[in-house]
Amino acid sequence: MKVLVCLKQVPHSDARLDIRDDGAWIKDDGVKFEINSYDTYALEQALRVKDAGEAEVVVVSIGPDRVTQALRTALGMGADRAVHVNDPEAEGSDPLGVAKILAAVAAEESPDLILTGFMSEDGNFAAVPPMVARLQGIPSATAVVQCEISDSSVRVERELEGGAMEVVDLEMPCLIALQTGANQVRYASLKGIMQAKKKPVDAKTVADLGLAGQVGASAVKVVIEKIYRPDKGEGAEMLEGSTGEVVSQLVGKIKELGLL
Amino acid sequence: MADFTGVDFLELEDLHYSDEECLARDAVRGWVSKEFMPRIQEHVRQDGSFPMELVPQMAELGLFGANLRGYGCAGMNNVAYGLVMQELERGDSGLRSFASVQGSLCMYPIHAYGSDEQKEKWLPEMAAGRVIGCFGLTEPDFGSYVSGMATRAEHRSHGVWVLNGTKRWITNGTVAQLAIIWAVTDEGVRGFLVETDRPGFEARDLKGKFSLRASVTSELFLQDVEVPDENRLPGAQGLGGPLGCLNQARYGIAWGAVGAAMACSDEVLQYTKDRIVQGGPLAGKQLTQQKLVFMLTEITKAQLLCLHVGRHKDAGTLHHTMVSMAKRNNVDVALQIARKARDLLGANGIVDDYQAMRHMVNLETVRTYEGTHDVHMLILGEHITGMRAI
Ligand SMILES: Cc1cc2nc3c(=O)[nH]c(=O)nc-3n(C[C@H](O)[C@H](O)[C@H](O)COP(=O)(O)OP(=O)(O)OC[C@H]3O[C@@H](n4cnc5c(N)ncnc54)[C@H](O)[C@@H]3O)c2cc1C
Repeated sequence: MKVLVCLKQVPHSDARLDIRDDGAWIKDDGVKFEINSYDTYALEQALRVKDAGEAEVVVVSIGPDRVTQALRTALGMGADRAVHVNDPEAEGSDPLGVAKILAAVAAEESPDLILTGFMSEDGNFAAVPPMVARLQGIPSATAVVQCEISDSSVRVERELEGGAMEVVDLEMPCLIALQTGANQVRYASLKGIMQAKKKPVDAKTVADLGLAGQVGASAVKVVIEKIYRPDKGEGAEMLEGSTGEVVSQLVGKIKELGLL
Repeated sequence: MADFTGVDFLELEDLHYSDEECLARDAVRGWVSKEFMPRIQEHVRQDGSFPMELVPQMAELGLFGANLRGYGCAGMNNVAYGLVMQELERGDSGLRSFASVQGSLCMYPIHAYGSDEQKEKWLPEMAAGRVIGCFGLTEPDFGSYVSGMATRAEHRSHGVWVLNGTKRWITNGTVAQLAIIWAVTDEGVRGFLVETDRPGFEARDLKGKFSLRASVTSELFLQDVEVPDENRLPGAQGLGGPLGCLNQARYGIAWGAVGAAMACSDEVLQYTKDRIVQGGPLAGKQLTQQKLVFMLTEITKAQLLCLHVGRHKDAGTLHHTMVSMAKRNNVDVALQIARKARDLLGANGIVDDYQAMRHMVNLETVRTYEGTHDVHMLILGEHITGMRAI
């Protein structure tokens, strides 16, 4: 079986972020990056398929040179091969642009299974995975919290609104987008890191994938107008009293709002 | 609290470390933050307990004998290994000690001085963390002065050695399945692999430590312990054997001290930025900045020492005096940094919600073991003058 895992490198959850001068995104120089945590669940799932039997795990990521680190980490964790779409022309893509690139890589690789995180922690669109599936013409499931993978099909559990769960069967090839909580993710081991040095990383450009002019900032249909920090609002209510009193008032408020 | 950030003032990362060295550092850093840090407080509060439940994960990560080749070891270069030690000691000196003892003091001598059978039998098990080792050199009456060793091994005619003596201050003594015991024989000092379930072998924990509390420290009693000749390390004769091991471990300590120092400086930098005194952050005061600048400067110098000594070690051009300088200097500045950090934390600095005092008292051990601060000075003194003052 061949499994393709799509990884995105996002700013570290502890990183201090400043808004770029044009207001359209964050400044990313000097920021520490890490693999999007939803994507690490996807990778872990793929590596479990490999642990359980014969599988080749290929990881793909789009981004500048710094992305190499994410790919090397994935190889250190046990992935077999990496594809790095490293091209300034890919920069500034909207979700559709990203999906086109990933779908083109998937078309070259023809995996039995594509695993992704269900959204990226920086963009938060949650749009790329279903678009990749659509472009590839394969079934997909999102918000997956558990999957059982057999030779030709996948049974997944999805989380629905209001805490209900849904069980879905998909025929391969298919795409599964994992949500948090799916797996305890392994660490890259020192031995794995040493082996990763010998594993291939294919660099690709947008043109290599036949997508010249179709992706990147010039091709976007979704434009980020600006990002900003909301002003501190009025009306915050300070609860007073002993810890016990504050807690019971707080629980009362939460119930009042119907959140519990 | 925000995740730990290391110091890289000279931007060594981009120019002087390889990808694999950075990845190794980051993998261990992440593991320490997520798995080790939440446990340390509880183990420090208990006297002499190491989170043994982490041993399988440590093995899985490849932390045991990471710079050794073959036998299930990662085979990293010495700079990557050093960075791993740095990250472990960022967590706690007890964590780094566990890995140092297992890798540098127990696996290394088997790798360097052992027979093929000994290597095949023990190294894969030790790399996998299924066999824990301890290193018995120090005795109640002889520490720095190793030549005074009183533990003896007598060669009986039928290929059996009989060991008698007491070893003290032995890390992991009561949790080990295998003890490397150094003993005086008619042919000089030799090393023996002693399974700790052999009759006549007993280990007891030393209690009441102020320092290195998250580490097991023991006393070993050997009374007529018989071991076959095949348990003797064939390649080690004389004090060069144990000193070779110590040189490995000391090298790791030089890096480890940088980790402890960075843990303290990172914590105190965050703290002083948030702590308001007389209308402004403590970090904005001159006296605070003086301390923070000392920390930054000394950490940076210590990093350079480590890096250069590490490259020498990889190139095969290392001299043991270089390791002496790195161990001595780095532990000393780490201890000064921990003290200054403790100071800046005020009263908060004396409770275990903060790390500085834990590192500070740990570093008292680190200053003493693996060649005391003064012993390394005397080694360097001899190197300069040609006159031995030890
Ligand atoms: C927590 C802990 C764990 C340890 N783990 C291990 C272990 O796993 N295995 C092991 O074998 N040992 C271990 N040790 C022992 C450690 O290596 C010794 O404590 C160390 O070698 C110092 O020996 P000592 O304590 O006998 O001190 P001494 O040698 O008695 O030194 C006392 C003081 O005298 C000074 N001094 C000594 N000789 C001279 C001299 N010639 N000239 C001038 N000054 C001198 C020293 O610098 C020091 O200040 C451990 C120690 C500790 C505290």
